Amino acid sequence: MLEDQSNVKAWFYLLPALILLGIFIFFPIFNAFFLVFVDEYNYMQGTYEGFTLINNFRYVVTDHNFRVAMTNTMLLTFVSVPVSVIIALLISVWLNAIKRLQGFFQTIFFLPYVTNAIAIGMAFAFMFHVRFGLINWFLGIFGISPINWVNTGASWGTAIFALLVYVTWLGLAFKIMVFLSGLQGIDKQYYDAARVDSASRSRVFRRITVPLLSPMIMYITVTSFIGAFKAYTEVIGMFGERLGPPGNDRAVITVVALVYRSLDRSGVPGALSEAAAASLILFGVTLVFTMVNMQVSKKRVHY
Amino acid sequence: MEIKLKNLTKVFQSKKEEETVAVDNLDIVIPSGQLTGLLGPSGCGKSTTLYMISGLLRPTQGEIYFGDENVTPVPPEERGIGLVFQNYALYPHMTVRQNIMFPLENVKMDKQESLEKAQEIADLVGIGHLMNRKPKQLSGGQQQRVAIARALVKSPRVLLLDEPLSNLDARLRLQTREEIKRIQRDTGITTIFVTHDQEEAMSISDEIVVLREGVTQQVGRPQEVYNNPGNLFVAKFLGTPPINIFDGEVKDGRLMIGDADIAKKDIDDREVTIGIRPEGFKMVERSKFKAEVDLVETIGRDTTLIIKHPNDETQTFRAIVDADYGVEPGDTVKFNVKPHKMHIFDKETGEVL
Ligand SMILES: Nc1ncnc2c1ncn2[C@@H]1O[C@H](COP(=O)(O)OP(=O)(O)OP(=O)(O)O)[C@@H](O)[C@H]1O
Ligand SMILES: [Mg+2]
Repeated sequence: MLEDQSNVKAWFYLLPALILLGIFIFFPIFNAFFLVFVDEYNYMQGTYEGFTLINNFRYVVTDHNFRVAMTNTMLLTFVSVPVSVIIALLISVWLNAIKRLQGFFQTIFFLPYVTNAIAIGMAFAFMFHVRFGLINWFLGIFGISPINWVNTGASWGTAIFALLVYVTWLGLAFKIMVFLSGLQGIDKQYYDAARVDSASRSRVFRRITVPLLSPMIMYITVTSFIGAFKAYTEVIGMFGERLGPPGNDRAVITVVALVYRSLDRSGVPGALSEAAAASLILFGVTLVFTMVNMQVSKKRVHY
Repeated sequence: MEIKLKNLTKVFQSKKEEETVAVDNLDIVIPSGQLTGLLGPSGCGKSTTLYMISGLLRPTQGEIYFGDENVTPVPPEERGIGLVFQNYALYPHMTVRQNIMFPLENVKMDKQESLEKAQEIADLVGIGHLMNRKPKQLSGGQQQRVAIARALVKSPRVLLLDEPLSNLDARLRLQTREEIKRIQRDTGITTIFVTHDQEEAMSISDEIVVLREGVTQQVGRPQEVYNNPGNLFVAKFLGTPPINIFDGEVKDGRLMIGDADIAKKDIDDREVTIGIRPEGFKMVERSKFKAEVDLVETIGRDTTLIIKHPNDETQTFRAIVDADYGVEPGDTVKFNVKPHKMHIFDKETGEVL
């Protein structure tokens, strides 16, 4: 491009997007930074009582609900993401290997992706129902007496387990699709070469398939971690606004769910600042973790 | 170890019930410890044959023997073959060293031993100093040698090379084919080398097999096949510049092109196809075999005359003669034909007469 050409035009084209981003993304982010450092912010009147560096953070960190939410979020993230990545990898390798009915199974596995997460959550909640659920019926075959997973009085343990199963399953569809398209892009000759080189199936998987798929695996892992840190819809889908089994409210609350709940109390002075503090902590965790991921990928991913 | 192909046939069946006979009743013996060139035009079934020998493709019919062992039902991983693919198929995420060591890891060879073995083979093919590079950081010729090293490292019973030089530039191709010849001679492994380039096959093979549309045309030492082509296809396929083709006939025991009497031929009167190598012409003072020179190309010590074809004025044929004749375009030249450079074929079947 010639040097004296101004880029006024480019800015002009970008303007609509910039305005929208400014209103809905940049302003809220700056606002969150503002909120987190003021005391007793009153949403209704827009007043606050001076600035504070750590008060809001301290309040959040010592809050019982926040601790529960953080524990649940971490558990969801660090269990469901690795498990679903591995399962998705195995399923897509299997799908890629079969010849008949491949399209059929591909559709089946992709269906959850185009189905509403709340609807699926409700279906899962019913599958885990203590009396009518598929899970207990199945366990019954082996003589295991019904377990109260998600119904009235269910414990945190069973509830979070059911949630984990659901979240893991929900994440499969997209991962399988991405992995499958990655697998189909791998030159078949590598597999022929590996056969001639007498590599066993498991070695072919570990030494050839996984490394050649590693850019996709990395991409999926990073985005899934970020998504899982923000888990909210899934909890609502399965447990509704109660965020836990009846009688054990908020047992499986997540950080984002906590933030939304704080907004409900926005009339209370300081509530918004707590929400801002909680979301900034989550943001920090996500950021650090993504950076660690990226660092690992530099060593492990073969582009 | 000798390789025997018995009535080897491969039929590909596409979805619409279409059948392609890629390899048709191949019946050849590949001599032990030698380099055999599998030669034929594109699509004649060379790769298919090679993949059947490697076990990656299952023959529709027929058997493959390694020595006395029938390996037809043996899967590729147990055949003990080294295969170099047309585009090398080096694992892009592994270094040269890891690529070469991969086959050894699979047979659970001791780490130290396989490291040494890999280095030894890499030195043999001249890439010992590139062990830590990734395939992407190598030139085509170097990649090709890595592929050969990877195929050789497990001391295979048979080495199979599928057009390994087709991705290289002309100079590198020449150099590398010498190298393949040297490596083959040094290791003494029975080697099959697939190519569609007749010059390449002629120059490095101990023996060549000429294929056409899945059918064997001729087997033999390269020079032998060149000197005594069994049919018109083989005659046309071997040699640069290619052999010149003339319509002729046999009349009263004489071989004629037009009204020029070329040679004696003791067969019944019939129409024939005559092939004369470009180097098979001798310029003489008096002969009825004469034609007008269209162009003269002098390259080094040889002069190639491009001459109007006696059967068809719009066509030309080539004759390589000594440079010191001083022929100009437009001159009429007269020839005798060297009998051993001339081949006579049945006009219908193309079989040699
Ligand atoms: N998987 C396949 N399905 C159907 N037809 C095939 C298949 N593979 C090869 N063929 C056909 O078999 C014939 C021989 O193919 P092959 O690859 O062996 O040729 P080739 O001699 O190696 O040619 P080239 O020199 O171009 O590599 C061709 O006509 C090809 O179209
Ligand atoms: Mg081929």
